Amino acid sequence: MRMNTPMSNDWPLYEVFIRSRAGLEHKHVGSLHAADAAMAVEHARDVYTRRQEGVSIWVVRSNDIVASDPNDADALFEPARDKVYRHPTFYAIPDEVKNL
Amino acid sequence: MYTQGLDSLGKECVHTAAGDTAALEARFQGKVDADKKIEPKDWMPEAYRQTLIRQISQHAHSEIVGMLPEGNWISRAPTLRRKAVLIAKVQDEGGHGMYLYSAAETLGIEREQMLQQLLAGTAKYSSIFNYPTLTWADVGAIGWLVDGAAIMNQIPICRCSYGPYARAMVRICKEESFHQRQGFEIMLALARGTSEQQAMAQDALNRWWWPSIMMFGPSDTESKHTAQSMRWKIKRFTNDELRQKFIDITAPQAKFLGLRIPDPDLVWDEAGGHFKFGEIDWSEFQAVLKGNGPCNRERLEARRSAHENGRWVREAAAAHAEKQRARAQRVA
Repeated sequence: MRMNTPMSNDWPLYEVFIRSRAGLEHKHVGSLHAADAAMAVEHARDVYTRRQEGVSIWVVRSNDIVASDPNDADALFEPARDKVYRHPTFYAIPDEVKNL
Repeated sequence: MYTQGLDSLGKECVHTAAGDTAALEARFQGKVDADKKIEPKDWMPEAYRQTLIRQISQHAHSEIVGMLPEGNWISRAPTLRRKAVLIAKVQDEGGHGMYLYSAAETLGIEREQMLQQLLAGTAKYSSIFNYPTLTWADVGAIGWLVDGAAIMNQIPICRCSYGPYARAMVRICKEESFHQRQGFEIMLALARGTSEQQAMAQDALNRWWWPSIMMFGPSDTESKHTAQSMRWKIKRFTNDELRQKFIDITAPQAKFLGLRIPDPDLVWDEAGGHFKFGEIDWSEFQAVLKGNGPCNRERLEARRSAHENGRWVREAAAAHAEKQRARAQRVA
């Protein structure tokens, strides 16, 4: 992969998260460049909420996000794979038992 | 996640032997075949990455350059309502460009680099935007035909194998529908107007019809990238399939408007269940693509001067951000 291209004059990249209405969580919607955080919020409003898609915006510098590596996904998530007993459907309960 | 920053976590430069590459490619194609999405940090063949960078950045440039022909009419829209709608539409096109540049950046190209390619004239954008908007009816024809063709092209890309591109397309397609409907409404108003207005609508259709159906790209027999792109599920239908669909749904709309599509060979084929249409003049398409359309030079000039005239704003914003940072550091 050739990802780490030399630094350019681009403003830093921010990831944008929008809460679409009160009661729902913020959700990642995309990214944008801005000179600083305040400008990132204003740009996020113009780019991602032109049709009232949000009531709240979070922006965070992309560089500040720590992510898991997809190449390690198998190993990382393996511990949960054999634990079906964590789901309610694992337990057989006679039909005549109610409210369980 | 739409980010380049994640790469600083390392593990990128693990050298892979040729045999490993074959295994990785098989696994990649298996995921694509199973309709699983490819995400930015997943392994992908270099050619897949380059194809997507080319396609997404061209798409982004088209949105940005596409603001120009319509922007031309903002100050002359016939009513305040039309003006508000047109401003909103042009602003949407800018937004679409932003979504797409973001998606392209996840593949490892910088925004700045794409912008330079556009301004240097080395990047392509949709040749349709190299035609002039001579009358108000052109704004209607663009919404109805050009955005209509774009929607036809873009809806299948919502299911594209590359996650960030597919997600950007979902957002774009939701917004495009308004663009097409406002265009048709403009055409309808003209078609129901005075004889001069009807003539204006007909003239716009005459000029925009052929360029619009050329938007689907060269015929399948000539298209270089189609087979590979379909294998990678970047593309879901061929150029000719999409063109036929577009003509089939648009011809009845023209009839409703009482306008005549400028193709004497256009005829409904009862047996085939499709419209048959005339020969496309591909030499015109090639000429415009090569830079010899009516407005190629003007469009790039407009982009370059916008970029130059905005330089002081970008510099001021960067200086302001730097000053704020320094001040915050001093307080801390």
